[in-house]
Amino acid sequence: MNDEAHPHLLEVHGLTKFFPVKRGVIPVSVGQVHAVDNVSFTLKRGETLGLVGESGCGKSTVGKTLLRLIRPTEGSVIFEGRDIVRMNRRELRALRRDVQIIFQDPFESLNSRHTVRKILSEPFIIHKRGLNAERKQTEKLARKEDAKQQKKLSPKAEREKKVYELLNRVGLDESAANRYPHEFSGGQRQRIGIARAIALKPKLIVCDEAVSALDVSVQSQIVNLLLDLQKEMDLALIFIAHDLAVVKHVSDKIAVMYLGNIVETSTSENIYLAPRHPYTQALISAIPIADPTRRPDRIILKGDVPSPIQPPEGCRFHTRCRYAQPRCSEEAPPLEQASARGNVACFFWNNLKLPQTQTQDVVST
Amino acid sequence: MSLLEVQNLSVSFDTDEATVEVLDNVVFQLAKGETLGVVGESGCGKSVTSLAIMGLLPKPAGRVTGGQIIFGGDNLLSYRPEQMRSIRGRKISMIFQEPMTALNPVQRVGRQLMESLQLHRPETSKDEQLKISVELLDRVGIPEPRQRLTEYPHQLSGGMRQRVMIAMALIHVPDILIADEPTTALDVTIQAQILELIAELQRENGMAVIFITHDLAVIAEIADRVVVMYAGRVAEEATALELFAQPLHPYTQGLLDSIPSLVGIPKTQLKTIRGMVPSFANMPSGCRFRNRCERAQQLCATEVPKYFDAKDARSVACHFWQDSVEQVQ
Ligand SMILES: Nc1ncnc2c1ncn2[C@@H]1O[C@H](COP(=O)(O)OP(=O)(O)O)[C@@H](O)[C@H]1O
Ligand SMILES: Nc1ncnc2c1ncn2[C@@H]1O[C@H](COP(=O)(O)OP(=O)(O)O)[C@@H](O)[C@H]1O
Ligand code: SF4
Ligand SMILES: [Mg+2]
Ligand SMILES: [Mg+2]
Repeated sequence: MNDEAHPHLLEVHGLTKFFPVKRGVIPVSVGQVHAVDNVSFTLKRGETLGLVGESGCGKSTVGKTLLRLIRPTEGSVIFEGRDIVRMNRRELRALRRDVQIIFQDPFESLNSRHTVRKILSEPFIIHKRGLNAERKQTEKLARKEDAKQQKKLSPKAEREKKVYELLNRVGLDESAANRYPHEFSGGQRQRIGIARAIALKPKLIVCDEAVSALDVSVQSQIVNLLLDLQKEMDLALIFIAHDLAVVKHVSDKIAVMYLGNIVETSTSENIYLAPRHPYTQALISAIPIADPTRRPDRIILKGDVPSPIQPPEGCRFHTRCRYAQPRCSEEAPPLEQASARGNVACFFWNNLKLPQTQTQDVVST
Repeated sequence: MSLLEVQNLSVSFDTDEATVEVLDNVVFQLAKGETLGVVGESGCGKSVTSLAIMGLLPKPAGRVTGGQIIFGGDNLLSYRPEQMRSIRGRKISMIFQEPMTALNPVQRVGRQLMESLQLHRPETSKDEQLKISVELLDRVGIPEPRQRLTEYPHQLSGGMRQRVMIAMALIHVPDILIADEPTTALDVTIQAQILELIAELQRENGMAVIFITHDLAVIAEIADRVVVMYAGRVAEEATALELFAQPLHPYTQGLLDSIPSLVGIPKTQLKTIRGMVPSFANMPSGCRFRNRCERAQQLCATEVPKYFDAKDARSVACHFWQDSVEQVQ
């Protein structure tokens, strides 16, 4: 496809979302939640970007704006060369074949009164593509085709076949089609959620804490399934999770968020081997390791993430940063290139040293 | 001598459909001052075990059908409710994953702390209670404790709420603190703070901790000894060092192998345990792990594996645990 025109499947520029904070009987706006503030990144076909950071730092908001489930305050989200921020309703409908999202608890997004058959048939009915296996090359073509197919009803049998294919593909028995979501375990429900997400052969799936609620033995099964599907379908993934080990395992590159900003990007290997931003360093040092003979040099961050309603001036991390200098509370450090494939937003990333204080600040456990 | 001994504890629940045995002969000991990790995937009976120790099984659905819980020379299961009340919050305290369920949402933190103090230390005056409350919050690392006392639980972050729960558990320094997934709902950064706090309090007070979690990495971090549970039974028990160096039960091995490693190669297939945890209504005969186990043989279907004294001070419930030793050698 027009790979040359758009080397990136997705380009996000200056993405910003402020939520109004309203108070009172007749709600008046008393401030704004700076949920996402000036976030930029790109994603290629078949590539995975991991988004990490403490809860409330804006990961889900980024994910939802990519499908325009939330309208950004500012910025652009260019998918295959077209800005989804400016799409009209019809274009959005087409977009939602190409971009899907999976949440932590698929149960909430699966209609509990519908059988799995109905749930998995729906995408084909809504997008009238039950018979239409081939991807359409352009939006225009796709729309014309849709209109044609609207007339000749897709045979039920064909849809049925698709449902079974999907169930098989995600490792569920065909008999699952007749059952209801509540009859399944968490892992199986997530398989159903994935089946629905891949039904229309999307190009990008946002996985928002998709494996976070699963037990490890099931989590690894679902991770493997996602990795397989990605390879098979050349899927791009945005993988959001608070478990950094899982994110590292599935991602090609990682963006670390703090209070609505990206503070560091890197390849998933480098971010663990050589974290550059003080926040990334602390976050990684906090990950418990399943080996009692290896104790990380732990950097314990003081306190909680500050309120995103009035984020700290300057570098938003300065209130918890052990390297902070006066400059950090006055001026916001830009996200600058630190290596061939990594950016960092810290004035001192190249020179982080704590000569005397080291032993006090690093708690060895 | 052990501080606490759980001996062949069995618990059943009556549900609409049937009676299910959710704990089957659970055995472990807790020594003074040690941290015992109890680990296993959701639904394996970790919380039910701790509720049984506290005498807080939901009635009338849940009942103990066998076994003993020995504490201070007595079987706690034979205690009358008022005797249990004198144990809870004094000798044995408990904190939970979601402090919101234990805190009253419409009462200020200070009032709840002072009411607890009134209950547990009625000899103190109001002024003393206020002073102790401030000290307790300060001790668990809550900044501006006086201000916090005037706030409602929802105004606090998850980490701060967990600190308040820990403060309440410390009104009497207990012999045993049962911590049931206290960091599961928290970010890793906050989890690190809470683990550090618990370890610190333990060093200061010498209390024993039963730390319950589904997260083996947290266990590696905090536990001296570990009990691994699967489907209502103990799969194995060992010191943390031994367990992670050489798991004997195939389930423990499978769990450890499933964890993505920070030093592993990204985007490679993870090892898994096939299938999923069976429901209590449909437990396989013999070993409950057998239809997920790569080592299973005929014997596993016909006979419940005894809880063997494997080696040193380790125990394991697998007919073929010795294969684990051979594998390594
Ligand atoms: N619909 C909303 N209205 C107001 N505030 C919101 C809304 N959604 C999210 N927020 C706030 O935006 C911030 C970022 O939230 P979110 O994107 O969910 O973070 P994360 O997924 O990283 O935990 C949080 O402070 C959250 O409370
Ligand atoms: N009140 C209850 N009624 C019926 N069954 C229960 C009740 N509480 C727990 N159980 C059952 O007991 C089993 C063990 O639960 P639990 O101890 O909470 O597991 P864990 O804490 O290891 O996740 C579960 O299968 C659960 O369904
Ligand atoms: S800019 Fe300053 S405060 Fe921010 S992370 Fe770097 S050193 Fe810390
Ligand atoms: Mg989120
Ligand atoms: Mg539990």
